[in-house]
Amino acid sequence: MTNDQTFKSRGPLLEALLRLRKNRIALAGLIIIAVFLFMAVFAPWLAPHDPLEQSLYSKLKPPIWSEKSDREYPLGTDDFGRDLLSRLIHGSRVSMIVGVVAVAISLFFGTLAGAIAGFYGGKTDNLIMRLMDILLAFPPILLAIVIVAFLGPSLRNAMIAIGVVSIPRYARLVRGSVLEEYAKDYVQAARALGARDMRLIFVHILPNCLAPLIVQTTLGFASAILEAAALSFLGLGAQPPTAEWGAMLANGRSLILRAWWVVTFPGIMILLAVLGFNLLGDGLRDALDPRLRE
Amino acid sequence: MIRFILHRILSLIPTIFGVSVLVFFMIHLIPGDPAEMMLGERANEKSLKILREQLGLDQPLYVQYGRFMSRLLKGDLGRALRTNEKVSREIADRLPATIELALMAIIIATVIGMLAGITSATRQYSLFDYVSMVLSLTGVSMPIFWLGLVLMIVFSLHLGWVPLSGRLSYDIHLEIITNFYIIDSIITYNWAAFKDTLWHLVLPAFTLSTIPMATIARITRSSMLEVLRQDYIRTAKAKGLSLMMVHYKHALKNALIPIITVIGLQFGILLGGAILTETIFAWPGIGLWILNGVYARDFNAVQGGTIVVATMFVTINMFVDILYAWINPRIKVS
Repeated sequence: MTNDQTFKSRGPLLEALLRLRKNRIALAGLIIIAVFLFMAVFAPWLAPHDPLEQSLYSKLKPPIWSEKSDREYPLGTDDFGRDLLSRLIHGSRVSMIVGVVAVAISLFFGTLAGAIAGFYGGKTDNLIMRLMDILLAFPPILLAIVIVAFLGPSLRNAMIAIGVVSIPRYARLVRGSVLEEYAKDYVQAARALGARDMRLIFVHILPNCLAPLIVQTTLGFASAILEAAALSFLGLGAQPPTAEWGAMLANGRSLILRAWWVVTFPGIMILLAVLGFNLLGDGLRDALDPRLRE
Repeated sequence: MIRFILHRILSLIPTIFGVSVLVFFMIHLIPGDPAEMMLGERANEKSLKILREQLGLDQPLYVQYGRFMSRLLKGDLGRALRTNEKVSREIADRLPATIELALMAIIIATVIGMLAGITSATRQYSLFDYVSMVLSLTGVSMPIFWLGLVLMIVFSLHLGWVPLSGRLSYDIHLEIITNFYIIDSIITYNWAAFKDTLWHLVLPAFTLSTIPMATIARITRSSMLEVLRQDYIRTAKAKGLSLMMVHYKHALKNALIPIITVIGLQFGILLGGAILTETIFAWPGIGLWILNGVYARDFNAVQGGTIVVATMFVTINMFVDILYAWINPRIKVS
């Protein structure tokens, strides 16, 4: 008997995960996201103060390393005397929720649209893609603003608007993947065996479209947080007194001369959160890209 | 090729039609009575009724839409509810400001972005590569309205290098011909105004340019890397051509195709997406005008402005598509 080594094939998912572990950039992103998630979940316990609690006595206190600061308020207070640190921590809760809801909306409707369009083809495909084209005809921020104007300014409507705006991206992605997979043998074999449409789509085709979808979802999280902050900044998203980073920036705009901390810190939070998701998304894209397999 | 171009142009029509339907119905389904909004809460019923008739609000929705479409095709976008000025006039007044800003931003983004991308690609894994890629990732992750505020604090308030907001200082006089201040100041030999305009443009344009800059840098880098891997580049190097020649004459030309596409797309995005920058710097462009229309419940303004911006955006994307198909010999028709 020959002494040959048998290599156990590891499967694409495991391979991808191992490659991800070696990708330090994606790891950094994952750590950042974990920190924000932790902050979001444990906000009420982590925050030293109530984010909505005003204190006329402690208005506009600077951060702890400046003079005239108050040790009660490590990062200072805003013009209502609310603790900035607590508001920042609670803000991560808002941003995470917005990310989840907005991405869930675009993921669900986008995948549905793309799968139906790609699978059934013909006039259905044409109609659905035309609808997507109409959505894509607007610069994203503008469309979100108009949708919120239509629905009424609130955080909930901002989430819906951001979700709707991103639907075409997912639809196109899934449609492309579905078209690619449909032509392959295993799908045709299942069809020949009598599998019904629904089963074909969900059991056979979609699982193989996951890779780009995962990347897009992660990156979509990043842009959802950014867009939500933008809408709140414009007064069309989170309404006062909700502690949301974009809204805090809008509030601080009139204070930039007197209280630089009210403007700087919320912006840094947005930057870090979005950066985290972008790093992870980029890392995932590199790890899952079949072309880079050596 | 001609057939492809015609096909793309024709497919614009149903898209723009769909856009007008979507915008119209969204705007007209907003709760609230425009007549009441215009006349105030205490207006008497008779005046409200007359105004509603005048605005055509008493007709069923599809009739209103029909009237709207017939006017739209004649180029009549109605009158802004705030000022009673023609919407088309107001848009035409403000569009040059946005175009000037977007143009300047895309130029800055392209020059710096492409240089960074090319240098990164030709010096892959070097310190420059890592730093510029981290910077560009940070650039796309940064909220643009925050960046604008921070830059304003540093360069305007603390250092006093650039003016705070607007297009022109109060004490500078400029004869407006095209409403493009740069062009107007040149053709009227008004160098003071020219300098002043540029100084006002610098900060907003740079702020606006950060995201496209980062995107262009990344696509340039990846596209160049793809090309540099090719065999004909190895041949060129083996032939003894100088690195500059190889990189710029041979590699870059072939890497340009996706880069140009991205530049075109980014420009389109800037035109409609400059709303945040215009808000921060009080830049009197079309984005800020539409936003103020939203705040003031000025439906006609929001409607007209959005349709115009969407039409421009879609048209630019179409041109980019056609350009891409023209330069890329491998793609012709979908």
